[in-house]
Amino acid sequence: MDIPILSLLICLPAIGALFILFTTSNSNKYNSHKYISIFISVVNFFLSIYLWYQFDKSNPTFQFVENRNWIYGFINYKVGIDGISILFIILTTFITPLCILSVNSTIKKRLKDFLIAILIMESLMIGVFCSLDLVIFYLFFEGGLIPMFLIIGIWGGERRVYSAFKFFLYTLLGSVLMLVAIIYIYWITGTTDVEKLYQIGIDAKYQKILWLAFFSSFAVKTPMWPVHTWLPDAHVEAPTAGSVLLAAILLKMAGYGFIRFSIGLFPIGSEYFVTLVYILSLIAIIYTSLVALMQEDMKKLIAYSSVAHMGFVTLGIFTMTQQGIEGSIFQMISHGIISAALFLCVGVIYERMHTRQIKNYGGIVTVMPKYSIVLMIFTLGALGLPGTTGFVGEFLILIGAFKDNFLVAVIASFGVILGAAYMLWLYKRVVFGEIINKDLRNMLDLNKSELIILSSLAIPSLYFGFYPEPLISTVEISVTNLINNYNSSLDIYLANKK
Amino acid sequence: MEYFILFLPLIGAILSGFFHKIIGDKFCNYITSIFVSISAILSIIIFYNVILNNYENNILIAKWINSGNLQVNWSIKIDALSSVMLVVVNLISSLVHFYSIGYMSHDPHKPRFMAYLSLFTFAMLTLVTSDNFLQLFFGWEGVGLCSYFLIGFWFKKKSANSAAIKAFLVNRVGDFGFALGIFLIFYLFGTVNYAEVFQSVPLYINIDLDFLGLNLNAINLICILLFIGAMGKSAQFFLHTWLPDAMEGPTPVSALIHAATMVTAGVFLVVRCSPIYEYSEFALSVITTIGMTTALFAASIALVQNDIKKIIAYSTCSQLGYMFFAAGVGAYNVAMFHLFTHAFFKALLFLGAGSVIHAFNNEQNINKMGGVRNKLPFTYMLMLIGTLALTGFPMLSGFYSKDAIIEFAYLKGSSLGYYAASIGIFTALMTSIYSWRLFFKTFHGDFNNQEIKINNIHESPMVMIVPLIILAIGSVFAGYFFKDLFIGFEKSYQFWSSSIFFLEPLSNEHPPNWFLFLTPTLVVFSIPISFYLFVKRKDLLVYFVDGNRPFYNFLKNKWYFDEIYDYIFVKSLKKIGIYFWKKIDVLIIDRLGPDGISNIIKILSNKAVKFQSGYIYQYAFIMLVGFSALLTYLIVK
Repeated sequence: MDIPILSLLICLPAIGALFILFTTSNSNKYNSHKYISIFISVVNFFLSIYLWYQFDKSNPTFQFVENRNWIYGFINYKVGIDGISILFIILTTFITPLCILSVNSTIKKRLKDFLIAILIMESLMIGVFCSLDLVIFYLFFEGGLIPMFLIIGIWGGERRVYSAFKFFLYTLLGSVLMLVAIIYIYWITGTTDVEKLYQIGIDAKYQKILWLAFFSSFAVKTPMWPVHTWLPDAHVEAPTAGSVLLAAILLKMAGYGFIRFSIGLFPIGSEYFVTLVYILSLIAIIYTSLVALMQEDMKKLIAYSSVAHMGFVTLGIFTMTQQGIEGSIFQMISHGIISAALFLCVGVIYERMHTRQIKNYGGIVTVMPKYSIVLMIFTLGALGLPGTTGFVGEFLILIGAFKDNFLVAVIASFGVILGAAYMLWLYKRVVFGEIINKDLRNMLDLNKSELIILSSLAIPSLYFGFYPEPLISTVEISVTNLINNYNSSLDIYLANKK
Repeated sequence: MEYFILFLPLIGAILSGFFHKIIGDKFCNYITSIFVSISAILSIIIFYNVILNNYENNILIAKWINSGNLQVNWSIKIDALSSVMLVVVNLISSLVHFYSIGYMSHDPHKPRFMAYLSLFTFAMLTLVTSDNFLQLFFGWEGVGLCSYFLIGFWFKKKSANSAAIKAFLVNRVGDFGFALGIFLIFYLFGTVNYAEVFQSVPLYINIDLDFLGLNLNAINLICILLFIGAMGKSAQFFLHTWLPDAMEGPTPVSALIHAATMVTAGVFLVVRCSPIYEYSEFALSVITTIGMTTALFAASIALVQNDIKKIIAYSTCSQLGYMFFAAGVGAYNVAMFHLFTHAFFKALLFLGAGSVIHAFNNEQNINKMGGVRNKLPFTYMLMLIGTLALTGFPMLSGFYSKDAIIEFAYLKGSSLGYYAASIGIFTALMTSIYSWRLFFKTFHGDFNNQEIKINNIHESPMVMIVPLIILAIGSVFAGYFFKDLFIGFEKSYQFWSSSIFFLEPLSNEHPPNWFLFLTPTLVVFSIPISFYLFVKRKDLLVYFVDGNRPFYNFLKNKWYFDEIYDYIFVKSLKKIGIYFWKKIDVLIIDRLGPDGISNIIKILSNKAVKFQSGYIYQYAFIMLVGFSALLTYLIVK
């Protein structure tokens, strides 16, 4: 492979953004910037599919590795992927074009800048999922904050500034500790190359504190209880496309970070803090499900349900079982698709009615039958009905958790009941019943582009629900490898201790 | 052939659900009905093949979930047990499809309805033909989902929507147990395939698990957890509350889903898992207890209800209780036999009730009916057959299966068995009374409806009556013809072969003669008594009710289950949700977290501003203080 395909994937959207910046203007009659950005993101999607096709599933090491000196002897620009990263890259390149497509009349001002922000964001996200150097990772990881901050702050709702700052404050605070930890790692090992760090390992006595530093950053981004309160606010204020990116991809960076760094680099630290993660995850699952049950704003409800779903993800990752981790990865992909779709669904009726309050709706099945069907599919996905991706993820996580700890699995399973409760109740209040609000009668059903966007999300969520094999087999070797490394370094540690 | 059985209903559902605009409403009706009928005919062929040749097959369709040592496939498993279920499901389903063409003829959303019915059939088929616990769970949730859709089919009715959600959520509580059962099975056996699990059960009977300091036997625990799932789906005591509410759905749905097929999935599960249950004496006695409690309790409520469908719903609940206690005393084949016969006569009763409701223009209160036996001659006769079969009138199908259950409970020989048998007999008496109450109040006595004139009451169309006739034939003869095959001593073992497992063969003795005659006698004598009470001397009953008001209210309000659950679960969970959100999230986390920090920074920066006053003497003073402090420190050190 001579073409630096990963760099191409990372750079293409950014190049596109630059192109739009210099060639078009905000007041463009023909929306050429929109078509250019759709074109670029679709090309990027096919490029990532090609990457998947080229990818060797049976090889546990990193593939397509590119390594260049950046600052001599200190930082290398090093990227490469394994089975885990590739799925997230495809998720990113898959969601982004849909996101751009969905931008219709909602973004009234400065559409060009908005598209640039989204494209830059795509570059950075792909960068996160393939960087193999801690410093590079940190740059991409934090860089992702800036476009999101702008998207919320400029194109958001009424309380956008408060939400944007809350979002920034939370995420930055966690990240600063991670930066310190990265510097510390360089100081004690002399490298920030992830592959090398995997080989040499990090001295056990530093692992706990380093783990905590990374954890503080990832926990905020996941988000885990009790640092989750930025998420509902950010979602409520963000424009639809922003919510979609936030829920579908941004949150997944943390889950990916847990797998790649917390477990990969600090096995002893991870083992030590398993209980902490379990407890926080369980609280997230039960607590936020109950909170979601009582929400009056649709976006907030889905935001809280995201916290609960991510609670399952963190739970699954730290079970350190094949099923648990594969389930978590699967759950993240599934949540990426389903929550994106749910936010888009809310966007659809918000555009028509300009309200997100549940009580203003009811009975829209009579005016929007197509919409009701689509929303039902995603509702079922969100509550984890077998046959959707949601089930496969949750089931694998719970079965993994059960292997590790009965009680944890039992409590987490309660979350599944609550999940059904808040989703079905939401659906009932919005879609069923008599139309009471007269304005609803004039609502139009899904138009073509909305239908295309939503069905392209519905199809994978059903297809992989019935046939998850392609996804699971992609991550299988990498996860096995991860767990083996984890166990062997734990064994060595325990042997030395004796 | 198996592929056709499984996928024809799905194809019908997809065609009718998504393409009804292209192919037309009428065509949707026919295509779904015909596809399911073909499935039914093929199932009967397979059933005969099983009877004659002990045909068995296990087809692998595709891989499903494949993670580490967890290997799950999509598959079709055909054996005696699944072939019986195939016949029941497809036969009743096809009749209900045809019936619905007539019943739903005025509904604007017919294609959607037919699509749901077919989809339900497909889900039920995946449930019964599964060869592993996970596909079973898929079908299990799938039928629950279709039931949710169909209960809430009239989406404008608020009560229908609430009932639909209630059904789904109560089932989810059951599924919670079921899912944990599957996890535990995987944990213990490392697989979820029936064959492998069942084979290795004997190796694991003495394993104890530690849970919250309790030492639990693993097999017992698995059985109980699976049974919790079965309780949810089959509306057993504690988790029964959704079934009566589910009657909000259109009547054909009640017949298909809430009488003949879906609710029996729980019984099917227990019978399917007989190789595990046989090793758990404890779980079996729990099943017997819950089963007989449900039988008694639901029958007691059915005595005083006035909604024609609710009475039949409670009756279903009660009959399911019979099936469970049959399984609980180890007579799995008898449970299956009752499931089989019950499907016919209960579907008949529901569809007959539907015909009555149709005639009375959607009136469901039996106090507003009566005196229409000449107006609805077919329905009258068919309901009569259904009622006779349900009460266990000699020679009809209910007689063979229900009495067999009571006999086997008696033959069990344990005190629990005797107890169950006596409850069974008493419940049979109650069954008979509430059934005849329904029957007499609906068809005999005076015409009590104010809104419709008696001359406007007319019989249902033939497309509704013919399916009823077929069911009536089943209700009369299914017991007699299939008795030997299902529960006969030699023949049944040969028929069920490996699909049902008996640790010890069932007792071959006969109970004493007086015992055999007890139930039929009670049943027969209850007919004139009921007629006297509910038609001739209604005042006697009013007198009795007035004398026992609290007891009557207790039954009338369904033992207050709904009120208690609402108070304990629904209201308190909502309160907790509000508390978490408003108090903890907003008041504590946000106030101390981001808002707090930004406030502190604001305050600090306000203070810091004061240092930059711009007056030289202040700066000089601070420098002086700092300098002297430094000096002092250096000197002291």
